[in-house]
Amino acid sequence: MSTAASVSDEALRVTDAQGNARSPRNDWLFRNLCLSAVLAMMATLIGLVGSLVSGGWMALSHFGFSFFTTSTWDPVADQYGAAGPIVGTLITALLALVFALPIAVGVAVFLVEICPQIIARWLAIAVELLAGIPSIVYGMWGLFVLAPWFAQNVQIPLMTWVTPGSWLEAIVSGVPNGANIFTASLILAVMILPYIAAILRELLMSVPSHMREAAYGLGCTPREVVMRIMLPYVRRSAIGAVMLGLGRALGETMAVTFIIGNSHNFPHSLFDSGSTISSTIANEFTEATGDMHISALIALGTVLFMITFVTIALARLLLGRGGPK
Amino acid sequence: MTAPVERYDRLLHLRRKFYNSVFLVLTGIATLIALTALFLILETLVVKGLAGMDSHVFTMSQPAPDEQGGLLNAIVGSLVMCGFGMVIALVVGILAGTWLAEYGDGTRLAAIVRFLNDILISAPSILIGLFVYQLLVRPFHGFSSLAGGVALSLLAMPVATRATEDIMRLQPYALREAGMALGANRGLVIRAIIWRASTSGLMTGALLSFARISGETAPLLFTSLGNPFLSFSLTQPMAALPTTIFQFAMSAYDDWQRLAWAGALLIAAAVLATNILGRALTRGSMQK
Repeated sequence: MSTAASVSDEALRVTDAQGNARSPRNDWLFRNLCLSAVLAMMATLIGLVGSLVSGGWMALSHFGFSFFTTSTWDPVADQYGAAGPIVGTLITALLALVFALPIAVGVAVFLVEICPQIIARWLAIAVELLAGIPSIVYGMWGLFVLAPWFAQNVQIPLMTWVTPGSWLEAIVSGVPNGANIFTASLILAVMILPYIAAILRELLMSVPSHMREAAYGLGCTPREVVMRIMLPYVRRSAIGAVMLGLGRALGETMAVTFIIGNSHNFPHSLFDSGSTISSTIANEFTEATGDMHISALIALGTVLFMITFVTIALARLLLGRGGPK
Repeated sequence: MTAPVERYDRLLHLRRKFYNSVFLVLTGIATLIALTALFLILETLVVKGLAGMDSHVFTMSQPAPDEQGGLLNAIVGSLVMCGFGMVIALVVGILAGTWLAEYGDGTRLAAIVRFLNDILISAPSILIGLFVYQLLVRPFHGFSSLAGGVALSLLAMPVATRATEDIMRLQPYALREAGMALGANRGLVIRAIIWRASTSGLMTGALLSFARISGETAPLLFTSLGNPFLSFSLTQPMAALPTTIFQFAMSAYDDWQRLAWAGALLIAAAVLATNILGRALTRGSMQK
């Protein structure tokens, strides 16, 4: 017994790649190195929140609640009310979701349940790759292709067609240049579409095949299998996926900045130019004139942080660990 | 399937068939719409991008309007800042991911960190820009490529952390047990066995986080700002492809817009290539 112990002692003098003899101290060091990396990341998040609140405090305390309820954004008079950008952010993101969601569901169902699997695999890869294209590309397309086309073929015909004074006219009035809330939402929709579709597809794939097969065995049509078995099965995570897409639309900067028209007024119609929180920050931050202007922009950032944090946190809670990277 | 049952409702059968066909057609249409939209964007990108592409794009710096020029300063700037950001992000991200997968597993701290990290992954990138502006630009009174690199690293870090944790979790527990049975301590097992077994996965994670940050514009707008000249200095403003594209696309000059499309094509191609490479690396070594 004792000889065996001494032999193993000899054999166990392992060294790692750096030539350090193994020792409890060595492990302690590495463990705490890893832990400090984790803490550094958390410090980043705390620093992010802290810097947003402290940077925006001047504007928030000066304007108080009227910062959220008024829409005068006037750097010359140093008067800032953020209702325009805040409402613009919410409207564009929600509209984008309305456009994108039905199509994303359709794509996911088509890829999982209907399309031959050989083609579906390639289409799925294409969809996922498209989800990775930088948003500035979408923004440029919106500015150079969608906006002129939209003004020419949708906006102007609509404006000449509607009867003046009707409610329809109120909805479609605006400068016919294609840069407005509606087209910004369209671009956002195209951008979040592959993103949501990719997550939904993975969710649908995760439905156990015995459930699908049991339903088919009972004589269900594909529609019934999808609507009554598969979608209800992943309902919770699917809502999470949708909210993640919403979070992305809320915080998106470049795709929107190009095309929303950048007016700080409260948007009066669907085709009115507007702004979002992120487009306002992107446009004005480097040219901000005074401390109050900068502070107001950072306060806008704080608002955006709160909106997106709640959305994303809810989404992640619903998605659980299965969420995308 | 249609074996005559006692109460076979022909109408019900037809209705179900009808609804089903409508449903199938609708999903097909949805897919068609999505593919058309995305095809239109890619087509414009490739056509206009190729039209703007010439040898000067890679050899000359940003031109004045109506002069010959290219994107050299922006390409170099993007590479420098992304490289800088990736180094920080990978060191911190891999260590943090290792802690989550190996040491912290099951603890309350790990659950919180994991949750917050997932939130950071999807946080709006422009907020990271605001944060770094207040952290590194305002105190030192100047935009710098250092600030840009840090902003990018903060974006890549959560992605790298998540990827590292996911990949390390896939390693079979028997590997760890075998290492420990040989007498190695936990840290040594992780570094010499688990990391080595996860190499291809870690590289995929690195590539995915690179793809994530290389197209980012918003966090660079007010950290690295932009610079019309070629620069390698960490304390000076530096151009990056996305910010240059933004500036050029918004301008009124045809030449600049042409270059903006060339730059957009470059970025999109780089991001796609990185993503594809990452996927190819993962194939076989890890099933997800």
